[in-house]
Amino acid sequence: MSTTDTFDLYGIDDLLTEDERDIRDAVRAFGVKELRPHVATWFDEAKLPARELARELGGLGVLGMHLEGYGCAGLGAVTYGLACLELEAVDSGLRSLVSVQGSLAMFAIWKYGTEEQKQEWLPRMAAGEAVGCFGLTEADYGSNPGGMRTIAKRDGDDWVLNGSKLWITNGSIADVAVVWARTDERIRGFVVPTDTPGFTANEIKQKLSLRASVTSELVFEDLRLPGSALLPEVAGLRGPLGCLDEARFGIIFGSLGAARDSLATAVDYSISREVFDKPLASYQLTQKKIADMAVELGNGMLLALHLGRLKEKGTISSDQISVGKLNNVRKSLEIARESRTILGANGISLEYSPIRHAANLESVLTYEGTSEVHTLVVGKALTGISAFG
Amino acid sequence: MNIVVCVKYVPDAQADRTFSVDNTTDRAGVDGLLSELDEYAVEEALKIAEANDGEVTILTIGPDRAADALKKALQMGAHRAVHVNDAAIHGSDAIATSLVLAKAIQKLDPQPDLVLTGMASTDGTMGVVPTMLAERLGLPAVTYASELTVADGKVSVRRDGDLASQTIEATLPALVSVTDQINEPRYPSFKGIMAAKKKPVDTWTLADLGVDAELVGLTAAWTTVESFSARPPRQKGQIVTDEGDGGSKLAVFLGEHKFL
Ligand SMILES: Cc1cc2nc3c(=O)[nH]c(=O)nc-3n(C[C@H](O)[C@H](O)[C@H](O)COP(=O)(O)OP(=O)(O)OC[C@H]3O[C@@H](n4cnc5c(N)ncnc54)[C@H](O)[C@@H]3O)c2cc1C
Repeated sequence: MSTTDTFDLYGIDDLLTEDERDIRDAVRAFGVKELRPHVATWFDEAKLPARELARELGGLGVLGMHLEGYGCAGLGAVTYGLACLELEAVDSGLRSLVSVQGSLAMFAIWKYGTEEQKQEWLPRMAAGEAVGCFGLTEADYGSNPGGMRTIAKRDGDDWVLNGSKLWITNGSIADVAVVWARTDERIRGFVVPTDTPGFTANEIKQKLSLRASVTSELVFEDLRLPGSALLPEVAGLRGPLGCLDEARFGIIFGSLGAARDSLATAVDYSISREVFDKPLASYQLTQKKIADMAVELGNGMLLALHLGRLKEKGTISSDQISVGKLNNVRKSLEIARESRTILGANGISLEYSPIRHAANLESVLTYEGTSEVHTLVVGKALTGISAFG
Repeated sequence: MNIVVCVKYVPDAQADRTFSVDNTTDRAGVDGLLSELDEYAVEEALKIAEANDGEVTILTIGPDRAADALKKALQMGAHRAVHVNDAAIHGSDAIATSLVLAKAIQKLDPQPDLVLTGMASTDGTMGVVPTMLAERLGLPAVTYASELTVADGKVSVRRDGDLASQTIEATLPALVSVTDQINEPRYPSFKGIMAAKKKPVDTWTLADLGVDAELVGLTAAWTTVESFSARPPRQKGQIVTDEGDGGSKLAVFLGEHKFL
């Protein structure tokens, strides 16, 4: 066993309150006992018992934990981040389930919905009895969702929805979808119960990343919604982007979980693995890898905590969230890959976590704004020149 | 319905556990936690309390850090806790432990209708404290419960043996120790974690309990650990090659090791 871990080396616990540490420990214990023993199988078989897990996570209080009221725990941003980190230390797919439920679907209803919509959905979603998904991306519109083709047309008091969404996490297991569509005026959000006639969800198979996560296509064919399905409080891309900022924030912490677990696995392995008659950990090349990874991981955590405190103060900006997502996902992916090298051939086996984390982080690098897009956001913030179009 | 659950703070079994210089369990060098076998007793108490509008008090004897075990039980939903903390208790055997527990329970107000314990601690694994405690309290003791129901002033307990299961009744107040088959302990919810901070925890010393320090601790113990040594590493297994006689070779092996 290794003697200290990176966060201890950085004295991270000193930056957390007792409440934050308690909740982190509770999520970690749940992950270690209930999730970790099964996760390689879920990944291998690409089967996640997502609805069951949602109920367990709901019982714990994870779902929508950073929201106030409606059965949500009302905890701070750092606490939420730490929960994401502990879940992602098991698998990015599990954190994705929680991000989409709490930060995308629930947040959209909580922030932009009517009181009736909130009463109807939020308590059940917080308990994990109802699962939500968030449909923004389309086959041809990912980084530029403003071009979306899905359309909602007024018909008397009703709305009629046509189009499709792709790469939608939780899509085929959801009870409710928050769907963004163009209207005669602007992009609007709709709360769509998935048992509405005209709604179909098809699960995407043959993924090599986030296999312990459900990813789907949503299709809407003359799907009729009452006027009360509209999210009234927002119009334009600002709506979905506001939700994405919430979820991205969780990823800033979450991705570090995958990195921490990869590094810890590699360190333990290097200590017990003998090559050329001594432990792999006793070679300078290995120690350099380990030290470099630990420094990136610890720095990433300091950044995450700093951004978390800004979010708790209410002053965090989208640009700052982009900085965090860009750095921490990119570094976490590098750490997972480098950790894998230390494991040699064992590193390509699902018996060890780094290759699974690395494969997962490829998705995390892409969703919630690709690393290129966040680079352009940071570039624009620093130069004042937009290089998107 | 007032329920007391006696719990122990033990070194984490996942860590490298060892002994201190005085041959007692090293509690400083290893992170500790609420003994996992006691979680079943806490869970059972909570279930009974929830069904009967009851109150659950958690009782532990241990050093400062044993407060963590109480905290965990309070996070799970227990109502209050008592921590008996006194340096003189260090090194106590089961007899002294049961004495201190009994005195602490007798000091509680109101007195419990039911005392629950785990089946053994995960460090000492003696499993004798529950019956000793019942004896001192003058309560009926039913051990190793794998099912427990409370009704009409009685507990009904199922004990599973190798060959048969017994159902035993006892009148309340009673003491019951529970096995790890009785339930699935809950995880503390975030709400439980936040609520636990506001729950009352009393800390008592031997003087508070009127227990003479001479009667407890390492010097009063009826047994002492003279020495300890690490278990020798496991021997390599023996491979039996089947040359048509694999079955009889296996039978001989099993016979030699008294498995048959
Ligand atoms: C597993 C998984 C789960 C997902 N879950 C959801 C979900 O629940 N809901 C949802 O709505 N979406 C979800 N997505 C979709 C995700 O958000 C999009 O895939 C992402 O926004 C990228 O869009 P795209 O795939 O269309 O790539 P594109 O936008 O086509 O990008 C292709 C490449 O071009 C680059 N690029 C794009 N624009 C520029 C530019 N201006 N300059 C330079 N380079 C550029 C990109 O960075 C990328 O490298 C999920 C995706 C995955 C993989």
